Amino acid sequence: MSKLFMTRRGLLKAGAASGVALAAPMSFVRGAYAEEFCNLPTGSSVTLGFNVPQSGPYADEGADELRAYQLAVKHLNGEGDGGMLSTFSSKALKGNGILGKKVEYVTGDTQTKSDAARASAKRMIEKDGAIMITGGSSSGVAVAVQGLCQETGIIFMAGLTHSNDTTGKDKKRFGFRHFFNAYQSGLALGPILAEQLGKERRAYHLTADYNWGWTQEESIKNTTEGLGWQTVNAVRTPLGAGDFSQYLTPVLNSGADVLVLNHYGKDMVNSLTQAVQFGMRAKQVNGKDFEVVVPLFSRLMAQGAGENIKGILGTTNWNWSLKDDASATFVKSFGQEYGAPPSQAAQTCYVQTLLYADAVERAGTFAPPEVIAALEGFEFDGLGNGKTLYRAADHQCMKDVLVVRGNANPTSQFDLLEVVKIVPREEVTYDPSIFGGDLGPADVKAC
Amino acid sequence: MKQIVSREPFALLAFAVVILTMPLWLTPLGANYPDLLQKFAIFAIFAMGFNILFGLTGYLSFGHAAFLGVGSYAAVWSFKLFTMNVLPAIAFGMAFSGLFALLIGYVSLRRSGIYFSILTLAFAQMCYNLAYSVLTPITNGETGLQLTLQDPRIIDRIFVEPGPGLPETNLFGIDMSGYPGFYFCAVVLIICFFITRRIFKSPFGLTLRGIKSNQGRMGYTGYSTRPYTLAAFVISGMFAGLAGSLLAVTDPLAGAERLQWTASGEVVLMTILGGVGTLIGPMLGAWIIKYFENIFSSFNKSTLSEIFSFLPENLQAFAVDISSLFVGEGWHLTLGLLFMLVVIFLPGGVMEGWRRLVKRFSGGGGGSPESAPVPQAAE
Amino acid sequence: MDAILLQFLNGLDKGGAYALIALGLTLVFGTLGVVNFAHGALFMLGAFCAVTFNKLLNLEQVVLDETQKTAWGSALEIRTPYVETLFGDFGHFLIDYSVPISILITIPVMLLIGIAMERGLIKYFYKRPHADQILVTFGLAIVIQEIVKHYFGANPIPQSAPEIVAGSANIGAWFGLSDNIVYPWWRLVYFGFSAFIIAAVFSFLQFTTYGMVVRAGMRDSETVGLLGINIQRRFTVVFGLAAVVAGLAGVMYTPILPPDYHMGMDFLVLSFVVVVVGGMGSLPGAVLAGFLLGILQSFASMNEITSIFPGIDQIIIYLVAVVILLTMPRGLLGREGVMEE
Repeated sequence: MSKLFMTRRGLLKAGAASGVALAAPMSFVRGAYAEEFCNLPTGSSVTLGFNVPQSGPYADEGADELRAYQLAVKHLNGEGDGGMLSTFSSKALKGNGILGKKVEYVTGDTQTKSDAARASAKRMIEKDGAIMITGGSSSGVAVAVQGLCQETGIIFMAGLTHSNDTTGKDKKRFGFRHFFNAYQSGLALGPILAEQLGKERRAYHLTADYNWGWTQEESIKNTTEGLGWQTVNAVRTPLGAGDFSQYLTPVLNSGADVLVLNHYGKDMVNSLTQAVQFGMRAKQVNGKDFEVVVPLFSRLMAQGAGENIKGILGTTNWNWSLKDDASATFVKSFGQEYGAPPSQAAQTCYVQTLLYADAVERAGTFAPPEVIAALEGFEFDGLGNGKTLYRAADHQCMKDVLVVRGNANPTSQFDLLEVVKIVPREEVTYDPSIFGGDLGPADVKAC
Repeated sequence: MKQIVSREPFALLAFAVVILTMPLWLTPLGANYPDLLQKFAIFAIFAMGFNILFGLTGYLSFGHAAFLGVGSYAAVWSFKLFTMNVLPAIAFGMAFSGLFALLIGYVSLRRSGIYFSILTLAFAQMCYNLAYSVLTPITNGETGLQLTLQDPRIIDRIFVEPGPGLPETNLFGIDMSGYPGFYFCAVVLIICFFITRRIFKSPFGLTLRGIKSNQGRMGYTGYSTRPYTLAAFVISGMFAGLAGSLLAVTDPLAGAERLQWTASGEVVLMTILGGVGTLIGPMLGAWIIKYFENIFSSFNKSTLSEIFSFLPENLQAFAVDISSLFVGEGWHLTLGLLFMLVVIFLPGGVMEGWRRLVKRFSGGGGGSPESAPVPQAAE
Repeated sequence: MDAILLQFLNGLDKGGAYALIALGLTLVFGTLGVVNFAHGALFMLGAFCAVTFNKLLNLEQVVLDETQKTAWGSALEIRTPYVETLFGDFGHFLIDYSVPISILITIPVMLLIGIAMERGLIKYFYKRPHADQILVTFGLAIVIQEIVKHYFGANPIPQSAPEIVAGSANIGAWFGLSDNIVYPWWRLVYFGFSAFIIAAVFSFLQFTTYGMVVRAGMRDSETVGLLGINIQRRFTVVFGLAAVVAGLAGVMYTPILPPDYHMGMDFLVLSFVVVVVGGMGSLPGAVLAGFLLGILQSFASMNEITSIFPGIDQIIIYLVAVVILLTMPRGLLGREGVMEE
């Protein structure tokens, strides 16, 4: 024992040495398990990681995403009515799991914070052996988790994320986005705005002061100015401001006749509610009716804004009132399971899971490089947004975008959005090089 | 005093063994994976450092997350600009957070009590709000500061050609992700423990305690208390910066949320939950909160059904329904209940519970080698 | 000029809200000395009193219409609120005025919650360190939040102001100024309401014997106890009063800010800042600080200001707090010796 009482430094060394000794056997075990790629399934099942916000402002959206994932797992495993497997143009999926392996899943809470989301994704990768991570309800989280997945060689199928950056300057080889983006919102919304509100309009932007808000403001500004609109002012508002009155009053006397709210979630619900209270909907400016535009909104947000959303124009990725075969099948399947129609986030998450499973089937292996190759440039139909292309250059889905309006006469508590126009894919396709960024390599290291 | 010091190697060894064997004894708890182990070590450092300020001087800083965030940003910038070696990153992290702590501390320590708390909170919130919006060129705002392929990394470029993908953080060639990253953090934690212990026992530490129990009287005895509190504040800020840079070392990303008041509040809760003023209490508090955040939140209905599969079917469904309220999306609820139960039944935190246990089994007296001081009421 | 007047109105309105939230907090925190992190939760509970009342009024009779189907094949539900079927126009009136009417429910409910909280929990923490108070009230706040989230979800729930005050008032015309100064009626109502509540709380403490004893107890509870007065019971009442004030602030705020389970936390930090800037132990201080910060925040957001100092509107509140605390050691009107240790 007396040897233990040597110098402190000696003691530390001993401690560190014993630590290395302890670590060694474990890393051998892990190395043997991981083989060549990270988390390749070896048993009779495969694990997917569903990383959704379960606390914080988007918890309801996260809950809906999780419902969609659970439904997708059911359908992949051949339980339930099969949902969109029957309408999907690719027939690789047989309802016997993925490559014959039963699909299992683990869940985690992103808290809509990059750190928490990454921690949760790491748990799924390091502890639970997830082969693919998917989900999320904000662009910050999507970009953070996507970066992690690139480093570990795990495929990331993004959930709801609308910023240009996700498949723009922060795009990654291992990250794929089905959801549309702010740039496409601008492309889709611009012509409709010109058509419905006229070409001589003066717009005032209120923008959430962070990356997503800026990209959306820029996109909308560019398209509307291209159509002849003037931009009176674009004001940045702090995230989570709560009360927007100090930003709304200057709008009233600015000579603007359109207010564009580049806000999402709670910010959008609050700013829209307050804008309507300030009488913006009832106002006449420059001899025209004053209009409010919310470039991105969802049914859940419409629910939060209540009466105030009626008649407001915006874009959305998908809505359950769509009448095409695939959408109707999905709504039926989801509605029978949960008693309510799916949100746009739920649809994106469901589709992403199916697309991943299908790519693995077509590649014939779980090895990420082949799966990526199977997804890149994949053209498909029958998943609810018409003919769709997973573009190889930036991993962004090219598909129809919906321009919607808050429903003035809803027939049920879910019937909140009315589809104004389905903007065809060709009109919202853009040059992937405009945002820069670099996908990075597809060769992976064992994790 | 003499007796305590002679126990030191023993205490340190015991601590080192406990920390380094974490991968073994955390396995049954389902917490044996690199990321969580790293977080355990890093947040233990954060909380331990916070305790040097709060536990010893009684000054409750509500803006400590600012130093954590500054440490992270400085470390990531070091990775981006100079080299992927972790030592410069840590040095930068500690230096910058120390500088911030000096500035903020110098101003805030002009007030005491709740006025001090609000001053630190105000500074941290200003940092957070600016980092999220106006300072985006430096912090990359919402998406967080990440490594990119275009980073200059001037020192690394001199020695090696950049590979196709992003480089990894390393310590002279040893990758700092996964288990090596944990052992690195663990060694740093052990060093921090040693330093903290030394501070607790030193005349400096005693002075700080004196300040806590009666600042006025300390003044009458001829002590100028401000340099002492400022020193404690800066040391504690540098611990936070160290923790922040370690977060970046194990995962090179720095997000603005690290500076938010909720993060500051978290370290306060960790410290109080574990036991204010005790050596290892804050560490235990940090582990409990991180464990809940990462493990409890991951249980879903199907995991629960597996856990309760030994029960008959009806009972199983019932047990799953009840317990699912407290895990998964309900993990916050369990955490809240835990806070309340601990503070109601164990004033003085988890360490108080430990002391009571020891007391019961050894028939009074005694105490674990690590838990020397009795926690005092913190104001 | 119009812009400045409008921002001043915004500032008053915002200040009214801040002052009202801070007023409840300063009763327990500034005077009873309890660091109550659950104050935000009380504010949120008040807002959810309005939500619950509205939900109760909107309890619907569900008739399944088998002839019409939903998209997923179940029968379409036709919903009519019971109140409208039972009371007709009066029912409609009730629903329209649900927010102001729910004040009547909020007062007893919040009083009960406040008293239960004090008797069941806070009572044991008066003599405990502030650290313990923080942990227990923070824990309580999380528990309350999670319970609300479990029943109401995380999405904001819109509440509308009565039809009659839904529009805007042309204030400019009242004073013979330009027509451009219009302001929402409900915000004016909120301002008036907060002024009324603040005045009521002040007169209660200032002009009633009961209030006088409470004030004496806050200064020196021991001596008051020695005089044979049950000061504990009065503290309970003060705590209940604080809960009611917080709840009322929440109820009336719902048409401006659709409530969700997290709104309490969003206001928590702000309300602490307001109370401390006002000065510990001072009710007028809290009110003054509320209005000061509200008005400064409004002016700092003007385009003319933000173009000179970008981002100033994001930090103005904290900046002002720092300046005030550094120039005035105890905030605006703080008393010596309260929470300075």
